[in-house]
Amino acid sequence: MAEPFTILTGVAAPLMLDDLNTDQIIPSEYLRRLHGNLADGFLAYMRRRPDGSSNPDFVLEKPQFRSAAILAVGENFGCGSSREHAAWAMAAFGIRCVIGNSHAEYFRENCIKNGILAVSVGRENMNSFARVVAEIDGSSAFTVDLEAQTIFVPGTAHLWQFDIDAYEKTVLFEGLDEIGQTAKYRGQIAQWEARTAQTRPFLQTLRLDGGRD
Amino acid sequence: MSKTLLDKIWDIHVVDRRGDGRDLLYIDRHVVHELHGPHAFQKLDEKGRTVSRPDLTVGVQDHTVITVPGKKRTSAHIEAMRAGARKHGIALVDVDDPEQGIVHVVSPELGIALPGLTLACPDSHASTVGALGTLAFGCGTTELEHILATQVMALQKPKQMRIVFEGTMTQGVEAKDLALHLIRTVGVDAGRGYAVEYAGPVVERMEIEARLTLCNMTIEWGARSSVIAPDEKTFAWCAGRRGAPVGDAWEQAVAWWKTLVTDADAVFDKEVRISCDNIEPQITWGTDPEQVVSISETVPMPGEGTQVEKSRRSLAYMGLEPGQSLVGLPVDRVFIGSCSNSRLSDLRAAAKIAKGRKVAEGVKAIVVPGSSTVKRLAEREGLAAILIEAGFEWRESGCSMCAGANGDVGIAGERCISTTNRNFENRQGRGVRTHLASPAMAVAAALTGKIVDVRELMKAD
Repeated sequence: MAEPFTILTGVAAPLMLDDLNTDQIIPSEYLRRLHGNLADGFLAYMRRRPDGSSNPDFVLEKPQFRSAAILAVGENFGCGSSREHAAWAMAAFGIRCVIGNSHAEYFRENCIKNGILAVSVGRENMNSFARVVAEIDGSSAFTVDLEAQTIFVPGTAHLWQFDIDAYEKTVLFEGLDEIGQTAKYRGQIAQWEARTAQTRPFLQTLRLDGGRD
Repeated sequence: MSKTLLDKIWDIHVVDRRGDGRDLLYIDRHVVHELHGPHAFQKLDEKGRTVSRPDLTVGVQDHTVITVPGKKRTSAHIEAMRAGARKHGIALVDVDDPEQGIVHVVSPELGIALPGLTLACPDSHASTVGALGTLAFGCGTTELEHILATQVMALQKPKQMRIVFEGTMTQGVEAKDLALHLIRTVGVDAGRGYAVEYAGPVVERMEIEARLTLCNMTIEWGARSSVIAPDEKTFAWCAGRRGAPVGDAWEQAVAWWKTLVTDADAVFDKEVRISCDNIEPQITWGTDPEQVVSISETVPMPGEGTQVEKSRRSLAYMGLEPGQSLVGLPVDRVFIGSCSNSRLSDLRAAAKIAKGRKVAEGVKAIVVPGSSTVKRLAEREGLAAILIEAGFEWRESGCSMCAGANGDVGIAGERCISTTNRNFENRQGRGVRTHLASPAMAVAAALTGKIVDVRELMKAD
């Protein structure tokens, strides 16, 4: 169960690389320990040089973006591995909202389940959003209002709408426990199991004691 | 009403249709590995929840397993997985089990994945077992916990795409080449929002293990699930597997499986036809699986087929220039393994080319069988002896250098030909330059010490 997402105000950083994958978001080196330092691992090889020093050319290492809470991202963001550590690392770093045209499916779902809003403002609006994020350059905060489905820069005319699936909106807004939701269907699940045990019994049984090579 | 193969499997697994556009889909088999399982077990424990159907859940140890022979095969993940499986009464294919291996290799081998079943696995390569006509879904850790607790997933039904492979594959071309060619053709995110059916005469002629390779690469172009209609080859392959039904139950299963084909007039949201007549051995030049060329082609100019900035970044990382041929590039490392290409047929293809030859000096070439079963069979068949004699390291089974989660990684600047599915920057070690290719192409590179067209070596045989 994630922290509810209502209104978020924070710095927005531009990370407009296309096809940025979850191996980049959290390298497997940081998965090797059961409870590794995921904030440290977030975009680790982009943020830090091989010798461990900060890479000052990378956007999130610039002073104005070190506390970024919102990312403007390129196409197909979060593609590749379904590792949820990518969303965990992002949250540990402080990112709660990712705006892009086309988040990869596993990544987007993992974000929602961890209270991170991953949405699109629409293809046409994305250009202006990314441009404004770059222009403001961390000098003032953006506000994301989930209920109104808007993102704006307070005190300016900059405002964009985003779409979100109604169920996912509820999950985020209420920090909904999905297991609790599904538990309401316990009866239907049991009925399905009983019916299938009759019609296709092998679906309901797994015995790993058959033939061997 | 006409139905696709996916419709038929989906429909019988719908427990309920929720008002929010999601179906509660029953998961017949849940296969969990140690990289993600322990986190889900911990969350269950924190909330005092139990596993709904431990009897339909199987644990495996693969991602963090040490593959160097003789070394202690353990990790914090492995121990936590063992403890979780014991506590929740889940069967575990543990590190020392004679059938241990990579989840996507073990699931079909043990008959955990079967036609018509739904299967979930916390891994993006879950689609691999679609080759048997199993409808599989990957997932993250929170969803893994949800499935453990409920045995269902709440899913929006995906759009459907059919990829039809036509014509004939030529000599020296493998399923891996078809997958790479497909990704180059459609693009790395073409499958987002879709489930895929692979079909056509080329797929029908393919052996099961080649189909597993094809379905393995589905997520690399953005789709979550892929299926191939089960046929006589599938039934023969599944028969006698440990988890397969027997006796009358087997006959009933086969009778049902024979109906699991897409109806002639069923409509897909999208269909792509790929001719295989002119597909050559493929190899990636860049840092994602759409940055592919045929072995006779040169590295494209930035902006050709992919975005300029991305191309430039990939070229810089890979140490390549546009217009350059990959043929002749020296290689440092060759990795044959992973859920993509580590099965017996892959090792047969490798051994056939390696027989009587030697790995070039200075090349570190390793073979990591996909499962301990594959390893044992390859040893029995003499494949291991051929590969060892040629100078390949013969390892214990695991995910190894595919994801590097067990510490098997290369050294910065090394060029590695790999039979895996991801050439992402830093995936095989920070600064390692990965080229994806078929097992035959990988062996050819190991033997010559450079990237070559495997068909040249085949001609010499």
